[in-house]
Amino acid sequence: MAEKDLKKESSVSSIPKKNTFGQKLKRKLKRFGSFLVNLPKNFIKLCVKIGTGIRDGIKNYITIFREGDFGVKMSFLVMGSGAFARKQIAKGITYLAIELLFLFYMIFNGAGAIKGFFTLGTDFTYDIHYMGSGATAAVEGDNSMLCLLFGVVAIIVIVAFIVLYFSNIRSAYESYENSVVGRKLPTFKDDLKDLFDNKFYVVLLAVALIGVIAFTVLPLIFMILIAFTNFDQDHSATSGFNWVGLDNFKSLVGSTGLSTTFFPVLGWTLLWALCATFLNYFLGVALALLINKKDIKGQKVWRTFFVLTIAIPQFVSLLLMRQLLGPFGPIMEVFGKTGLDLFDNTTTARIIIIMVNLWIGIPYSMLITSGILMNIPADLYESARIDGAGKLTMFRKITLPYILFVTGPYLITQFIGNINNFNIIYLLTGGGPFGEAGYSDGAGGTSLLVTWLYTMTGNSNYKLASTLGILTFVVCSIVSLITYRNSSASKNEEDFQ
Amino acid sequence: MSQIATTKKTSSIKRRKLIGQTSAYVILGVLSFIWIMALIWMIIQSFAGPEGSYQNGHLFPTSYSLHWYNELFTNTSYPYWRWFLNTLVIALICMVLSTFFTISMAYVMSRFRFKSRKRLQSIGMILGMFPGFMSMAAIYYIFKSVGMAGNVEVWKKLVALILVYSGSAGLGYYVSKGFFDTVSRSLDEAARIDGATNSQVFFKVILPLSKPIIVYTALMSFLSPWGDFIFSSYLLGTQTEGWTVAVGLYTLVNDHNITNYYNMFMAGAVLIAVPITILFLCLQRYFVEGITGGAVKG
Repeated sequence: MAEKDLKKESSVSSIPKKNTFGQKLKRKLKRFGSFLVNLPKNFIKLCVKIGTGIRDGIKNYITIFREGDFGVKMSFLVMGSGAFARKQIAKGITYLAIELLFLFYMIFNGAGAIKGFFTLGTDFTYDIHYMGSGATAAVEGDNSMLCLLFGVVAIIVIVAFIVLYFSNIRSAYESYENSVVGRKLPTFKDDLKDLFDNKFYVVLLAVALIGVIAFTVLPLIFMILIAFTNFDQDHSATSGFNWVGLDNFKSLVGSTGLSTTFFPVLGWTLLWALCATFLNYFLGVALALLINKKDIKGQKVWRTFFVLTIAIPQFVSLLLMRQLLGPFGPIMEVFGKTGLDLFDNTTTARIIIIMVNLWIGIPYSMLITSGILMNIPADLYESARIDGAGKLTMFRKITLPYILFVTGPYLITQFIGNINNFNIIYLLTGGGPFGEAGYSDGAGGTSLLVTWLYTMTGNSNYKLASTLGILTFVVCSIVSLITYRNSSASKNEEDFQ
Repeated sequence: MSQIATTKKTSSIKRRKLIGQTSAYVILGVLSFIWIMALIWMIIQSFAGPEGSYQNGHLFPTSYSLHWYNELFTNTSYPYWRWFLNTLVIALICMVLSTFFTISMAYVMSRFRFKSRKRLQSIGMILGMFPGFMSMAAIYYIFKSVGMAGNVEVWKKLVALILVYSGSAGLGYYVSKGFFDTVSRSLDEAARIDGATNSQVFFKVILPLSKPIIVYTALMSFLSPWGDFIFSSYLLGTQTEGWTVAVGLYTLVNDHNITNYYNMFMAGAVLIAVPITILFLCLQRYFVEGITGGAVKG
């Protein structure tokens, strides 16, 4: 209890102190600068660490080979032989089956897939084969996209096999050691039982991770690789594309090419994320404070009015807003300006997007902060009042720091979410108005990096779409590195347990 | 003398309070109007007569009828009821699968300590920072290579969509992990002492206690297919009977269709907004608890 109080106090008092915002920012930038400066050094450190890790690993397995008995030695060649030697038949068969399946796969499929990964296909001609009876059958040539895909799959399979291979050796050695000491070996049944007890996490993780690997990791690796190829409308999968190194990054960021589009789009993305996150947040807090004022009656009803907009699927309310604010919508009609298209001008379109986002986002932050406001311990206010604090001071020293403390991580995720906020831009303006000076390749005045990415994907310009995706990732990770490194949420994980 | 001064003073305080209160009500009233106006307008337009009301120069429809609701069920080129059923089925299946994945992952990350735990967490965070639909094209090709995308039967595409939606659910475990972190560990320990295995602890002790977070996760994963436009439009192609509501409604108000289907869009929007709104309002408590839960309890 005492500890808990202490924590609350420190969380309240540690926040503003005498630091101005500028100083804080400076410190953060400095820390970030030192992070960047140290990046190469840390990278080398990491490499050294990996290197020594591999060396120690090899040494380790050499000793295993030297000290183990025949069964252990054989398990380097035939997986599962260690288990057979200890009469763990089921385990041995499983390992053996894995090895046979892997060899089978590599011979009939994997080896070709690995070769295809490097060449990305060689023969793209569309052959017509004549069959015996004079009938013809069309056979398509190589497909670069599929070559790359199967190559990635083959690499994942190989990595998985290597992991299993070493686990086979380790398990063989372990049971050898146990049998030397004379300890009873776990039967296959015991192993299975353990999967639901001490190793239960393996089962749960496997279930959750299979989907992640298949539908997030694999496609992502694949698309990251695409950024280093010339896969676009001129180099399709069936006509073949090839590795081009860093050319795509150069064309987006370098002085020639698309940099006149890329940097304005990046600038607007950041400006948008800033406005969207902080305006929504603070206005939402203000609204929550207003609704939660003691003398306001029917708080629940008021809240419901605003919550209605959260409940409705976002794309419905966004499409609705586009009609409402469009040139023939009721708003223009009320103001007698029918036909005036506010989305036709970059500045007004941007302002409208931010306003609509307020309409969508304020209820969220209102709802969240309402919950928090009700949870602020009343004794904090009580003691502040006794110390003679005014209403404003109490707000500044208790309410605001408390809300910020609880919702800090939420703000960071919101910011990242807004950088990636596709729906609002795409459904309201589609990225337009188009044809702004300097903009090209399907980007418009309100395009974010992600909507531009979407347009590029739609135009089959996959190489630049992937490159944009990687750059968006870089932006997001820089932002979260700056904020996460100093936020309390990542450090005190074990505190509440 | 002094008494009069005090009453004057209290009355001025009262007056100030009254002004403050009325201005608060006025602000709230105006804001609420702004917030609901769009919804009311949507409902009004959905009841327009068959002549439609797009660009007719009036603020309100000239006549009212149920024509556009009827159209939702009878129009053959844009079969709304099929979209609705498709989305409902997808949402229900996703709800079960995603909730299971998310809760499993969250529970593991909260309760177990194993070698690569931190590493997995940071990989998860890194994955989360790539734009979600960057890999859209890759996913399309993956499904195409196993015959589940492109020019194939509708149900295969819908299965593909379900796999995409629920497959990566494990990555969104943060909120639920925050919840499990606050569930006292002494519960597990007591059960372990009584001889329960870890799986029994999970299924029989922790899960029954976790209703709020399960409802929250289920609600979120049920709602997301209704709002996803990106993956569905990319994977589902041009067969209208295999669309989801989001793709269909978006098509109804594109430049090509808007003059004819403007009011049908409104009716369709009302039909999905109403059940979801009711569902959401009923479960609102869980929503707030879900987002703020872990942090507040600390």
